[in-house]
Amino acid sequence: MKKIWSWSFAAEIFPDILKCLPVTVGSTLVAFVVAALVGLVLAVLLQTKIQWLRKILLVLVDLIRSTPLLVQLYVIYYVLPNYGLLLTPFVTGVIGLGIHYSTYLSEVYRSGIDAIPKGQWEAADCLGLTKLQTWLKVVIPEAIPPILPVIGNYLITMFKETPILSAISLIEILQEAKILGSRSFRYIEGFTIVGVLFMAVSLVASFIVVRVTTIVTRKYSM
Amino acid sequence: MRQIENPIVVYKQVTKAYGDLNVLKKIDFKIYPGEKVVLIGSSGSGKTTLMRLLMMLEKPTGGEIYVEGERIFPAIHRSEKKKVHQIKNDIGMVFQQFNLFPHMTILENIMEAPVHVKKEPKAQAQAYALELLEKVGLSDKADAYPSQLSGGQTQRVAIARALAMRPKILLFDEPTSALDPELVGEVLKVIKEIAQDGSTTMLLVTHEMKFARDVADRVCFFDKGVIAEQGSPQEIFEHPKTERLKQFLNRFLNTGKDEEYENA
Repeated sequence: MKKIWSWSFAAEIFPDILKCLPVTVGSTLVAFVVAALVGLVLAVLLQTKIQWLRKILLVLVDLIRSTPLLVQLYVIYYVLPNYGLLLTPFVTGVIGLGIHYSTYLSEVYRSGIDAIPKGQWEAADCLGLTKLQTWLKVVIPEAIPPILPVIGNYLITMFKETPILSAISLIEILQEAKILGSRSFRYIEGFTIVGVLFMAVSLVASFIVVRVTTIVTRKYSM
Repeated sequence: MRQIENPIVVYKQVTKAYGDLNVLKKIDFKIYPGEKVVLIGSSGSGKTTLMRLLMMLEKPTGGEIYVEGERIFPAIHRSEKKKVHQIKNDIGMVFQQFNLFPHMTILENIMEAPVHVKKEPKAQAQAYALELLEKVGLSDKADAYPSQLSGGQTQRVAIARALAMRPKILLFDEPTSALDPELVGEVLKVIKEIAQDGSTTMLLVTHEMKFARDVADRVCFFDKGVIAEQGSPQEIFEHPKTERLKQFLNRFLNTGKDEEYENA
Protein backbone atom coordinates (compact mmCIF):
# COMPACT_ATOMS: atom_id res chain seq x y z
CA MET A 1 0.00 0.00 0.00
CA LYS A 2 1.20 3.45 -0.81
CA LYS A 3 1.92 5.77 2.06
CA ILE A 4 -0.29 8.85 2.21
CA TRP A 5 2.72 11.11 2.68
CA SER A 6 6.25 10.36 1.58
CA TRP A 7 8.97 12.54 3.06
CA SER A 8 11.53 11.24 0.61
CA PHE A 9 9.35 12.13 -2.38
CA ALA A 10 8.63 15.52 -0.90
CA ALA A 11 12.35 16.15 -0.46
CA GLU A 12 12.98 14.96 -4.00
CA ILE A 13 10.52 17.35 -5.68
CA PHE A 14 10.99 20.30 -3.35
CA PRO A 15 13.98 21.78 -5.25
CA ASP A 16 12.07 21.52 -8.55
CA ILE A 17 9.10 23.38 -7.15
CA LEU A 18 11.30 25.93 -5.40
CA LYS A 19 13.00 26.58 -8.73
CA CYS A 20 9.68 27.94 -10.01
CA LEU A 21 9.12 30.22 -7.06
CA PRO A 22 10.98 33.12 -8.74
CA VAL A 23 8.46 32.90 -11.59
CA THR A 24 5.56 33.19 -9.15
CA VAL A 25 7.14 35.97 -7.10
CA GLY A 26 8.53 37.73 -10.15
CA SER A 27 5.25 37.76 -12.04
CA THR A 28 3.53 39.05 -8.91
CA LEU A 29 5.99 41.89 -8.43
CA VAL A 30 6.01 43.00 -12.05
CA ALA A 31 2.22 42.71 -12.28
CA PHE A 32 1.93 44.68 -9.04
CA VAL A 33 4.10 47.48 -10.40
CA VAL A 34 1.91 47.55 -13.52
CA ALA A 35 -1.25 47.58 -11.38
CA ALA A 36 0.08 50.27 -9.02
CA LEU A 37 1.16 52.61 -11.82
CA VAL A 38 -1.77 52.08 -14.18
CA GLY A 39 -4.14 52.28 -11.20
CA LEU A 40 -2.66 55.59 -10.16
CA VAL A 41 -2.87 57.01 -13.66
CA LEU A 42 -6.48 55.81 -13.89
CA ALA A 43 -7.36 57.36 -10.55
CA VAL A 44 -5.87 60.71 -11.54
CA LEU A 45 -7.46 60.67 -15.01
CA LEU A 46 -10.83 59.79 -13.50
CA GLN A 47 -10.69 63.10 -11.61
CA THR A 48 -10.79 64.95 -14.92
CA LYS A 49 -13.54 67.40 -15.61
CA ILE A 50 -13.53 66.42 -19.28
CA GLN A 51 -16.73 64.40 -19.23
CA TRP A 52 -16.26 62.30 -22.37
CA LEU A 53 -12.83 61.12 -21.25
CA ARG A 54 -14.19 60.28 -17.83
CA LYS A 55 -17.06 58.28 -19.31
CA ILE A 56 -14.81 56.29 -21.63
CA LEU A 57 -12.52 55.43 -18.75
CA LEU A 58 -15.42 54.45 -16.50
CA VAL A 59 -16.80 52.07 -19.13
CA LEU A 60 -13.34 50.57 -19.60
CA VAL A 61 -12.84 50.12 -15.87
CA ASP A 62 -16.28 48.54 -15.49
CA LEU A 63 -15.62 46.21 -18.38
CA ILE A 64 -12.37 44.98 -16.87
CA ARG A 65 -13.82 44.62 -13.39
CA SER A 66 -16.92 42.76 -14.46
CA THR A 67 -15.24 40.11 -16.60
CA PRO A 68 -13.15 37.22 -15.22
CA LEU A 69 -9.40 37.59 -15.23
CA LEU A 70 -9.13 34.21 -16.95
CA VAL A 71 -11.18 35.45 -19.91
CA GLN A 72 -8.96 38.51 -20.18
CA LEU A 73 -5.84 36.36 -20.11
CA TYR A 74 -7.21 34.08 -22.84
CA VAL A 75 -8.01 37.08 -25.00
CA ILE A 76 -4.51 38.48 -24.65
CA TYR A 77 -2.83 35.10 -25.09
CA TYR A 78 -4.95 33.37 -27.72
CA VAL A 79 -6.78 36.15 -29.58
CA LEU A 80 -4.25 38.96 -29.88
CA PRO A 81 -1.69 36.83 -31.81
CA ASN A 82 -4.25 36.70 -34.62
CA TYR A 83 -3.77 40.43 -34.89
CA GLY A 84 -0.03 40.22 -34.83
CA LEU A 85 0.57 40.68 -31.11
CA LEU A 86 2.41 37.64 -29.88
CA LEU A 87 3.35 37.76 -26.20
CA THR A 88 5.14 35.26 -23.97
CA PRO A 89 3.15 33.70 -21.12
CA PHE A 90 5.06 35.81 -18.59
CA VAL A 91 4.41 39.09 -20.37
CA THR A 92 0.77 38.14 -20.96
CA GLY A 93 0.46 37.24 -17.29
CA VAL A 94 1.88 40.45 -15.88
CA ILE A 95 -0.07 42.62 -18.30
CA GLY A 96 -3.34 40.76 -17.68
CA LEU A 97 -2.97 40.52 -13.93
CA GLY A 98 -1.59 44.07 -13.72
CA ILE A 99 -4.33 45.72 -15.76
CA HIS A 100 -7.05 43.72 -14.02
CA TYR A 101 -5.89 44.77 -10.58
CA SER A 102 -5.18 48.35 -11.67
CA THR A 103 -8.94 48.85 -11.85
CA TYR A 104 -9.29 47.83 -8.22
CA LEU A 105 -6.28 49.84 -7.12
CA SER A 106 -7.60 52.94 -8.89
CA GLU A 107 -10.57 52.74 -6.54
CA VAL A 108 -8.24 52.55 -3.55
CA TYR A 109 -6.27 55.54 -4.79
CA ARG A 110 -9.53 57.41 -5.31
CA SER A 111 -10.45 56.95 -1.66
CA GLY A 112 -7.04 58.30 -0.71
CA ILE A 113 -7.36 61.28 -3.06
CA ASP A 114 -10.88 62.07 -1.85
CA ALA A 115 -9.62 62.16 1.72
CA ILE A 116 -7.25 65.06 0.95
CA PRO A 117 -8.78 68.19 2.49
CA LYS A 118 -9.83 70.88 0.03
CA GLY A 119 -7.48 73.26 1.83
CA GLN A 120 -4.46 71.35 0.54
CA TRP A 121 -5.52 71.98 -3.06
CA GLU A 122 -6.21 75.61 -2.26
CA ALA A 123 -2.89 76.11 -0.51
CA ALA A 124 -1.05 74.62 -3.48
CA ASP A 125 -3.07 76.81 -5.83
CA CYS A 126 -2.32 79.97 -3.79
CA LEU A 127 1.39 79.21 -3.83
CA GLY A 128 1.27 79.07 -7.62
CA LEU A 129 1.91 75.35 -8.04
CA THR A 130 0.72 74.04 -11.39
CA LYS A 131 -1.88 71.26 -11.58
CA LEU A 132 0.83 68.71 -12.30
CA GLN A 133 3.02 69.96 -9.44
CA THR A 134 0.04 69.83 -7.11
CA TRP A 135 -0.63 66.21 -8.03
CA LEU A 136 2.98 65.08 -7.85
CA LYS A 137 4.17 67.05 -4.84
CA VAL A 138 1.09 67.42 -2.68
CA VAL A 139 -1.87 65.20 -3.47
CA ILE A 140 -0.25 61.87 -4.37
CA PRO A 141 2.35 61.90 -1.56
CA GLU A 142 -0.40 62.67 0.93
CA ALA A 143 -2.96 60.27 -0.49
CA ILE A 144 -0.78 57.16 -0.48
CA PRO A 145 0.44 56.64 3.11
CA PRO A 146 -3.06 56.12 4.57
CA ILE A 147 -3.96 53.58 1.87
CA LEU A 148 -0.70 51.60 2.06
CA PRO A 149 -2.24 48.75 4.08
CA VAL A 150 -4.98 48.28 1.46
CA ILE A 151 -2.47 48.45 -1.38
CA GLY A 152 -0.36 45.89 0.45
CA ASN A 153 -3.36 43.58 0.74
CA TYR A 154 -3.81 43.74 -3.00
CA LEU A 155 -0.16 42.75 -3.45
CA ILE A 156 -0.78 39.60 -1.40
CA THR A 157 -4.07 38.90 -3.16
CA MET A 158 -2.33 39.19 -6.51
CA PHE A 159 0.40 36.85 -5.34
CA LYS A 160 -2.16 34.21 -4.46
CA GLU A 161 -3.87 34.75 -7.81
CA THR A 162 -0.77 33.83 -9.86
CA PRO A 163 -1.65 30.10 -10.28
CA ILE A 164 -4.29 31.28 -12.74
CA LEU A 165 -1.37 32.11 -15.05
CA SER A 166 -0.85 28.36 -15.49
CA ALA A 167 -3.87 28.55 -17.79
CA ILE A 168 -1.72 30.42 -20.28
CA SER A 169 1.04 27.84 -19.81
CA LEU A 170 3.23 29.79 -17.45
CA ILE A 171 5.10 27.27 -15.34
CA GLU A 172 4.74 28.70 -11.88
CA ILE A 173 4.87 26.65 -8.69
CA LEU A 174 1.39 25.10 -8.84
CA GLN A 175 1.78 24.10 -12.46
CA GLU A 176 5.18 22.60 -11.68
CA ALA A 177 3.71 20.63 -8.78
CA LYS A 178 0.96 19.36 -11.07
CA ILE A 179 3.46 18.25 -13.69
CA LEU A 180 5.59 16.50 -11.09
CA GLY A 181 2.51 14.88 -9.61
CA SER A 182 1.23 13.59 -12.91
CA ARG A 183 4.58 11.94 -13.54
CA SER A 184 4.39 9.82 -10.37
CA PHE A 185 0.68 10.00 -9.49
CA ARG A 186 1.70 11.45 -6.14
CA TYR A 187 0.02 14.82 -5.76
CA ILE A 188 -0.28 15.42 -2.06
CA GLU A 189 3.37 16.26 -1.44
CA GLY A 190 3.60 18.67 -4.32
CA PHE A 191 0.42 20.54 -3.55
CA THR A 192 1.26 20.69 0.14
CA ILE A 193 4.64 22.17 -0.65
CA VAL A 194 2.95 24.74 -2.90
CA GLY A 195 0.50 25.64 -0.15
CA VAL A 196 3.29 26.03 2.40
CA LEU A 197 5.33 28.16 0.00
CA PHE A 198 2.38 30.46 -0.67
CA MET A 199 1.75 30.78 3.04
CA ALA A 200 5.39 31.48 3.86
CA VAL A 201 5.78 34.16 1.20
CA SER A 202 2.43 35.73 2.09
CA LEU A 203 3.40 35.94 5.75
CA VAL A 204 6.73 37.55 4.91
CA ALA A 205 5.01 39.94 2.51
CA SER A 206 2.37 41.01 5.01
CA PHE A 207 5.09 41.55 7.61
CA ILE A 208 6.89 43.83 5.15
CA VAL A 209 3.66 45.68 4.36
CA VAL A 210 3.03 46.32 8.05
CA ARG A 211 6.60 47.51 8.57
CA VAL A 212 6.55 49.85 5.60
CA THR A 213 3.19 51.25 6.68
CA THR A 214 4.42 51.92 10.20
CA ILE A 215 7.61 53.57 9.01
CA VAL A 216 5.82 55.82 6.53
CA THR A 217 3.03 56.65 8.94
CA ARG A 218 5.45 57.45 11.73
CA LYS A 219 7.48 59.70 9.48
CA TYR A 220 4.55 61.97 8.75
CA SER A 221 2.66 61.15 11.96
CA MET A 222 -0.45 60.94 9.83
CA MET B 1 -2.70 110.38 1.65
CA ARG B 2 -2.64 106.94 0.09
CA GLN B 3 -5.60 107.69 -2.10
CA ILE B 4 -3.33 109.80 -4.30
CA GLU B 5 -1.65 106.64 -5.55
CA ASN B 6 -3.29 104.21 -7.92
CA PRO B 7 -5.11 101.42 -6.13
CA ILE B 8 -3.39 98.02 -6.18
CA VAL B 9 -6.73 96.18 -6.11
CA VAL B 10 -10.00 97.30 -7.63
CA TYR B 11 -13.33 95.48 -7.39
CA LYS B 12 -15.85 96.86 -9.86
CA GLN B 13 -19.50 95.97 -9.39
CA VAL B 14 -18.49 92.49 -8.25
CA THR B 15 -21.24 90.03 -7.47
CA LYS B 16 -21.05 86.46 -6.30
CA ALA B 17 -24.01 84.12 -6.03
CA TYR B 18 -24.34 80.48 -5.09
CA GLY B 19 -27.58 79.54 -6.76
CA ASP B 20 -30.20 81.88 -5.35
CA LEU B 21 -27.95 83.04 -2.55
CA ASN B 22 -26.30 86.39 -3.26
CA VAL B 23 -23.15 86.47 -1.19
CA LEU B 24 -21.75 89.66 -2.68
CA LYS B 25 -23.95 92.34 -4.19
CA LYS B 26 -22.32 94.72 -6.65
CA ILE B 27 -19.29 95.48 -4.56
CA ASP B 28 -17.13 98.48 -5.46
CA PHE B 29 -13.97 98.33 -3.44
CA LYS B 30 -10.41 99.60 -3.74
CA ILE B 31 -7.26 98.79 -1.83
CA TYR B 32 -4.22 101.07 -2.01
CA PRO B 33 -0.58 99.94 -1.97
CA GLY B 34 0.64 99.29 1.55
CA GLU B 35 -2.79 99.66 3.04
CA LYS B 36 -3.94 97.32 5.83
CA VAL B 37 -7.63 96.70 5.45
CA VAL B 38 -9.57 94.67 7.98
CA LEU B 39 -12.89 93.16 7.00
CA ILE B 40 -15.35 92.55 9.79
CA GLY B 41 -18.91 91.29 9.83
CA SER B 42 -20.88 88.25 10.88
CA SER B 43 -20.30 84.95 9.14
CA GLY B 44 -22.00 84.72 5.77
CA SER B 45 -21.73 88.46 5.22
CA GLY B 46 -19.38 87.97 2.26
CA LYS B 47 -16.02 89.10 3.65
CA THR B 48 -14.24 85.80 3.15
CA THR B 49 -15.73 85.41 -0.31
CA LEU B 50 -14.39 88.82 -1.29
CA MET B 51 -10.93 87.64 -0.28
CA ARG B 52 -11.22 84.28 -2.04
CA LEU B 53 -12.17 86.03 -5.27
CA LEU B 54 -8.96 88.04 -5.12
CA MET B 55 -6.94 84.86 -4.55
CA MET B 56 -8.77 83.37 -7.55
CA LEU B 57 -9.96 80.41 -5.54
CA GLU B 58 -13.42 81.26 -6.79
CA LYS B 59 -14.81 83.16 -9.74
CA PRO B 60 -17.19 86.10 -9.40
CA THR B 61 -20.65 85.80 -10.90
CA GLY B 62 -20.31 89.27 -12.37
CA GLY B 63 -18.23 92.41 -12.34
CA GLU B 64 -14.53 93.01 -12.81
CA ILE B 65 -11.46 92.69 -10.62
CA TYR B 66 -8.16 94.44 -11.28
CA VAL B 67 -4.82 93.85 -9.56
CA GLU B 68 -1.90 96.18 -10.24
CA GLY B 69 -3.85 97.64 -13.12
CA GLU B 70 -4.30 94.26 -14.83
CA ARG B 71 -7.70 92.71 -15.16
CA ILE B 72 -7.73 89.29 -13.47
CA PHE B 73 -11.45 88.78 -13.93
CA PRO B 74 -12.90 88.22 -16.38
CA ALA B 75 -9.76 86.91 -18.09
CA ILE B 76 -10.90 86.26 -21.61
CA HIS B 77 -7.81 86.39 -23.78
CA ARG B 78 -4.86 84.07 -23.67
CA SER B 79 -2.49 86.91 -22.84
CA GLU B 80 -4.72 87.90 -19.94
CA LYS B 81 -4.74 84.39 -18.56
CA LYS B 82 -0.95 84.31 -18.63
CA LYS B 83 -0.81 87.62 -16.80
CA VAL B 84 -3.26 86.33 -14.24
CA HIS B 85 -0.92 83.48 -13.43
CA GLN B 86 1.96 85.91 -12.86
CA ILE B 87 -0.14 88.19 -10.70
CA LYS B 88 -1.17 85.24 -8.58
CA ASN B 89 2.43 84.95 -7.41
CA ASP B 90 2.20 88.48 -6.02
CA ILE B 91 -0.65 87.46 -3.74
CA GLY B 92 -0.21 85.27 -0.68
CA MET B 93 -2.84 83.80 1.57
CA VAL B 94 -2.98 82.51 5.14
CA PHE B 95 -5.89 80.20 5.88
CA GLN B 96 -8.02 79.56 8.89
CA GLN B 97 -7.09 75.88 8.72
CA PHE B 98 -3.33 76.56 8.15
CA ASN B 99 -3.12 74.04 5.27
CA LEU B 100 0.55 73.20 5.67
CA PHE B 101 1.65 70.16 3.68
CA PRO B 102 1.83 67.36 6.28
CA HIS B 103 4.40 65.26 4.41
CA MET B 104 6.97 68.05 4.16
CA THR B 105 9.14 69.44 6.92
CA ILE B 106 8.61 73.02 8.01
CA LEU B 107 11.55 74.14 5.90
CA GLU B 108 10.32 72.20 2.86
CA ASN B 109 6.88 73.74 3.28
CA ILE B 110 8.34 77.22 3.15
CA MET B 111 10.80 76.50 0.32
CA GLU B 112 8.42 74.59 -1.94
CA ALA B 113 6.93 77.51 -3.84
CA PRO B 114 10.04 79.74 -4.06
CA VAL B 115 12.07 76.83 -5.45
CA HIS B 116 9.51 75.16 -7.70
CA VAL B 117 7.32 78.07 -8.74
CA LYS B 118 9.68 81.04 -8.71
CA LYS B 119 12.68 78.83 -9.53
CA GLU B 120 14.85 80.50 -6.92
CA PRO B 121 18.21 78.81 -6.27
CA LYS B 122 17.84 76.36 -3.37
CA ALA B 123 20.50 77.96 -1.19
CA GLN B 124 18.92 81.38 -1.55
CA ALA B 125 15.43 80.04 -0.83
CA GLN B 126 16.69 78.19 2.21
CA ALA B 127 18.47 81.24 3.58
CA TYR B 128 15.32 83.31 3.23
CA ALA B 129 13.17 80.52 4.70
CA LEU B 130 15.39 80.37 7.77
CA GLU B 131 15.28 84.14 8.07
CA LEU B 132 11.48 84.01 7.97
CA LEU B 133 11.39 81.22 10.53
CA GLU B 134 13.44 83.40 12.84
CA LYS B 135 11.02 86.24 12.24
CA VAL B 136 8.07 84.11 13.35
CA GLY B 137 10.13 82.72 16.24
CA LEU B 138 10.42 79.12 15.09
CA SER B 139 14.06 78.73 14.04
CA ASP B 140 14.33 75.51 16.01
CA LYS B 141 11.48 73.85 14.11
CA ALA B 142 12.97 73.87 10.60
CA ASP B 143 13.24 70.09 10.39
CA ALA B 144 10.05 69.25 12.26
CA TYR B 145 6.88 68.05 10.58
CA PRO B 146 3.65 70.07 10.88
CA SER B 147 2.05 67.37 13.06
CA GLN B 148 4.71 68.05 15.70
CA LEU B 149 3.69 71.68 16.06
CA SER B 150 0.96 73.39 18.04
CA GLY B 151 -1.80 75.21 16.19
CA GLY B 152 -0.22 78.59 16.88
CA GLN B 153 3.17 77.41 15.65
CA THR B 154 1.58 75.86 12.58
CA GLN B 155 -0.11 79.11 11.68
CA ARG B 156 3.13 81.03 12.16
CA VAL B 157 4.80 78.64 9.71
CA ALA B 158 1.92 79.17 7.30
CA ILE B 159 2.57 82.90 7.53
CA ALA B 160 6.27 82.36 6.83
CA ARG B 161 5.33 80.16 3.88
CA ALA B 162 3.18 82.93 2.43
CA LEU B 163 5.91 85.52 3.01
CA ALA B 164 8.51 83.35 1.28
CA MET B 165 6.97 84.25 -2.06
CA ARG B 166 7.57 87.94 -1.25
CA PRO B 167 3.95 88.81 -1.97
CA LYS B 168 2.85 92.37 -2.60
CA ILE B 169 -0.57 91.54 -1.24
CA LEU B 170 -1.10 89.29 1.75
CA LEU B 171 -4.49 87.88 2.65
CA PHE B 172 -5.44 86.54 6.06
CA ASP B 173 -8.66 84.57 6.27
CA GLU B 174 -9.61 84.36 9.95
CA PRO B 175 -6.06 83.32 10.84
CA THR B 176 -6.82 82.72 14.51
CA SER B 177 -10.33 81.29 14.38
CA ALA B 178 -9.21 77.67 14.49
CA LEU B 179 -6.79 78.21 17.37
CA ASP B 180 -7.12 77.49 21.05
CA PRO B 181 -7.65 80.79 22.86
CA GLU B 182 -4.24 80.74 24.54
CA LEU B 183 -2.50 80.45 21.15
CA VAL B 184 -4.24 83.37 19.46
CA GLY B 185 -1.92 86.02 20.88
CA GLU B 186 1.33 84.64 19.44
CA VAL B 187 -0.14 84.57 15.93
CA LEU B 188 -1.62 88.05 16.12
CA LYS B 189 1.70 89.36 17.37
CA VAL B 190 3.47 88.00 14.28
CA ILE B 191 0.86 89.45 11.94
CA LYS B 192 1.11 92.80 13.68
CA GLU B 193 4.89 92.82 13.24
CA ILE B 194 4.51 92.15 9.53
CA ALA B 195 1.96 94.92 9.29
CA GLN B 196 4.27 97.36 11.05
CA ASP B 197 7.51 96.69 9.21
CA GLY B 198 6.26 96.15 5.71
CA SER B 199 5.06 97.86 2.64
CA THR B 200 2.97 94.75 2.05
CA THR B 201 -0.64 95.44 1.29
CA MET B 202 -2.74 93.43 3.71
CA LEU B 203 -6.33 92.33 3.69
CA LEU B 204 -7.51 90.63 6.86
CA VAL B 205 -10.71 88.94 7.90
CA THR B 206 -10.83 88.64 11.65
CA HIS B 207 -13.09 88.61 14.68
CA GLU B 208 -10.37 89.98 16.98
CA MET B 209 -11.60 93.54 17.32
CA LYS B 210 -8.78 94.95 19.45
CA PHE B 211 -6.27 93.53 17.01
CA ALA B 212 -8.23 95.01 14.11
CA ARG B 213 -8.13 98.40 15.73
CA ASP B 214 -4.34 98.16 16.22
CA VAL B 215 -3.41 96.96 12.80
CA ALA B 216 -5.92 98.48 10.40
CA ASP B 217 -5.62 101.64 8.34
CA ARG B 218 -9.21 101.05 7.32
CA VAL B 219 -11.99 98.81 8.58
CA CYS B 220 -14.84 97.62 6.40
CA PHE B 221 -18.02 96.30 7.93
CA PHE B 222 -19.76 93.72 5.77
CA ASP B 223 -23.44 93.08 6.12
CA LYS B 224 -25.53 90.84 3.88
CA GLY B 225 -23.21 91.04 0.90
CA VAL B 226 -22.51 94.76 0.91
CA ILE B 227 -19.96 96.99 2.61
CA ALA B 228 -22.36 98.64 5.03
CA GLU B 229 -19.83 100.98 6.59
CA GLN B 230 -16.13 101.70 6.30
CA GLY B 231 -13.64 104.10 7.79
CA SER B 232 -10.67 104.43 10.10
CA PRO B 233 -10.61 102.11 13.13
CA GLN B 234 -11.65 105.08 15.29
CA GLU B 235 -14.64 105.88 13.12
CA ILE B 236 -15.77 102.29 13.00
CA PHE B 237 -15.18 101.25 16.59
CA GLU B 238 -15.88 104.50 18.44
CA HIS B 239 -18.40 106.24 16.24
CA PRO B 240 -20.33 103.57 14.37
CA LYS B 241 -23.03 105.18 12.29
CA THR B 242 -25.30 102.37 11.23
CA GLU B 243 -27.53 100.45 13.59
CA ARG B 244 -26.27 97.12 12.20
CA LEU B 245 -22.66 97.93 13.04
CA LYS B 246 -23.61 99.07 16.54
CA GLN B 247 -25.41 95.78 17.12
CA PHE B 248 -22.48 93.82 15.69
CA LEU B 249 -19.91 95.59 17.87
CA ASN B 250 -22.08 95.20 20.96
CA ARG B 251 -21.91 91.46 20.57
CA PHE B 252 -18.13 91.64 20.81
CA LEU B 253 -18.08 93.72 23.94
CA ASN B 254 -17.30 91.91 27.18
CA THR B 255 -16.90 88.57 25.43
CA GLY B 256 -13.28 88.43 26.56
CA LYS B 257 -12.22 87.31 23.10
CA ASP B 258 -9.41 89.79 22.96
CA GLU B 259 -7.89 89.15 26.35
CA GLU B 260 -5.20 86.77 25.15
CA TYR B 261 -4.02 89.27 22.63
CA GLU B 262 -3.87 91.98 25.26
CA ASN B 263 -1.72 89.76 27.42
CA ALA B 264 0.60 88.64 24.65
